[in-house]
Amino acid sequence: MLVFLIEKEFKQIIRHSFIPKLLIVFPVMVMLVFPWAATMEIKNISINITDLDHSTLSKKLVQKISASNYFRLTGLSSSHADAIEEIEFGNADILLEIKSGFEKQLIREGATNVSISSNAVNGAKGGLGAAYLSGILQEYTMEQLAILGIKPVPVIKTTESYLFNPMLNYKIFIIPAIITMLLTMLCGFLPALNIVGEKEAGTMEQINVTPVPKFSFILAKLIPYWIIGVIALSLCFALANLFYGLTPSGSISTIYIFAAIFLLVVSGLGLIISNYSSTLQQAMFVMFFFMMIMILISGLFTPVSSMPKWAQLITMINPLKYFIQVMRAVYLKGSGMGELTVQMVALIFFAVGANIWAVISYRKTTH
Amino acid sequence: MKIKVSHLTKAYGTTDALQDISFQVPDGQIFGIIGPDGAGKTTLFRILATLLLPNSGTATIAGFDTIKDYKKIRNIIGYMPGRFSLYQDLSVIENLELFATAYHSNIRENYHLIKDIYQQIEPFNDRMAGKLSGGMKQKLALCCALIHKPEVLFLDEPTTGVDAVSRKEFWEMLRKLKDQGITILVSTPYMDEASLCDCIALIQNGTFLHIDTPGKIIDSFPKRLYAIEGDQRTQNLQQLRNNPYIDSVYLYGDRMHLTFKEDPDPHLPEVVLVTPSVEDCFIWLMKKDSYE
Repeated sequence: MLVFLIEKEFKQIIRHSFIPKLLIVFPVMVMLVFPWAATMEIKNISINITDLDHSTLSKKLVQKISASNYFRLTGLSSSHADAIEEIEFGNADILLEIKSGFEKQLIREGATNVSISSNAVNGAKGGLGAAYLSGILQEYTMEQLAILGIKPVPVIKTTESYLFNPMLNYKIFIIPAIITMLLTMLCGFLPALNIVGEKEAGTMEQINVTPVPKFSFILAKLIPYWIIGVIALSLCFALANLFYGLTPSGSISTIYIFAAIFLLVVSGLGLIISNYSSTLQQAMFVMFFFMMIMILISGLFTPVSSMPKWAQLITMINPLKYFIQVMRAVYLKGSGMGELTVQMVALIFFAVGANIWAVISYRKTTH
Repeated sequence: MKIKVSHLTKAYGTTDALQDISFQVPDGQIFGIIGPDGAGKTTLFRILATLLLPNSGTATIAGFDTIKDYKKIRNIIGYMPGRFSLYQDLSVIENLELFATAYHSNIRENYHLIKDIYQQIEPFNDRMAGKLSGGMKQKLALCCALIHKPEVLFLDEPTTGVDAVSRKEFWEMLRKLKDQGITILVSTPYMDEASLCDCIALIQNGTFLHIDTPGKIIDSFPKRLYAIEGDQRTQNLQQLRNNPYIDSVYLYGDRMHLTFKEDPDPHLPEVVLVTPSVEDCFIWLMKKDSYE
């Protein structure tokens, strides 16, 4: 019976005008497009320079800045007021003002002042831009002083080494998290929408008057999506390797074991939503709402540790957070089962909890 | 008694869908539930098909309680809801196989039962159910409801939206199924189909106005019924309603039916004595009900 029902689900999925395409296009798009778009690296900052000194040294500085790949020189202004206007029109993100007497003072005193103003509407961009610019200025000063034979003021030079992601490649950080998102959509929301769709079409009721046990009916709905989820997951691994050269440092079987538990969690959540919604529209809105919250407080884009205390508490009940942690730990740090017991316990807890809730809510809303 | 219903009540919020419904259907009968849209027919069917829980009252099908023994009932009933509820994205044969399998049966086992109906849709075996015409869908739905040889068949408005010829054919099929010993509970908003049932219940606002055989219901019409044929009917209707001698008057097909407070002079021109139909009885009962 169960086999027959699963066969029916597969037939329907294949015949559907949209879902088969979605199952291929979605992982490919998510893996090939999203990591590029969802980057937090700040590049192409538009800079406007007001050079009031018009000296050799100030011109060299302008050249150095425009040669950097962080900045794009979009204009030169003749006064501070003009430059501010450029920011207001959105032509510049950051301003550098070189006061007159820049060259003289640098040669005479070995130090001088410039002013940086940055548009902080996008706080990260503004802040990072100013920091990058200061770095360039410092480097420039060292170079020039060396050329001029002036002994520089002693400074502390820092050497950085980044663990687990030495190149600070944002894609390596975001890809494991994106895979999590994909699994949530494929295995949590699609089967739930499918069930609500059957409710709406009345076919669910037609099956309910037959002796088919409800448990088999629901299980037959979930199994095809679990299979699809595992295939999509493998496809993502292959794409990550092929396009980004990204392979898990840890064991891939660890990921599959965690993914299996995670699939139970998300399909349980999907079932809960399907039990409480009677129309597709209703289910879509509820899912959209939860998806937004779960993604924003999962640590997918922003680190959980920099959230306010109350938000950190909410992340404790977000299953996405734990699976993202697992994915990143296995991919980047090479963690094994031993280091991930907290996540394992949390995910098992969510899997059991969500499915019990699903069963109870199902009993309540139907005969 | 195949179906026993006693004091069934169901309310949705503050709206009463069914109020204290009781009736019995003997083995092998066609029992019709006749009433307008929103009278509570579908609610009654859903309770009997174990899809909905009543607020109070009990119902048994072949001795099984609809609440306690719902699993047993599901093995012996066939249910065809008013709206087409088969898989539109599965073909005719796939739908049939699915429902046969759902009852742990197969198409061959009870083929004799659906043969007459199925042969008409067999040429479209591989067509998706959603692409069938209305009449074909109805035949397929009936096949799916019959595939496990149910003891009781619930048909909720099976002929709504079906043309007159197909309706006639459909009732002939029901007669044949009845001969096979299947008890049939059927609802319809069409009064002309009422006379084809063995027994009918007239339902209005969640209550049964009357339960009897069609013949007896017609006999129970308390007055002489007259008909007028006229051209300016709507205009006449208003005039006649204000006439103090006339008890009731309403449109009936292309003429008007009326009853008098006292039997009139038999030589009235234009007015002919007619035999009342189930529809006349229903209108009469509804009117009586609203006065009480």
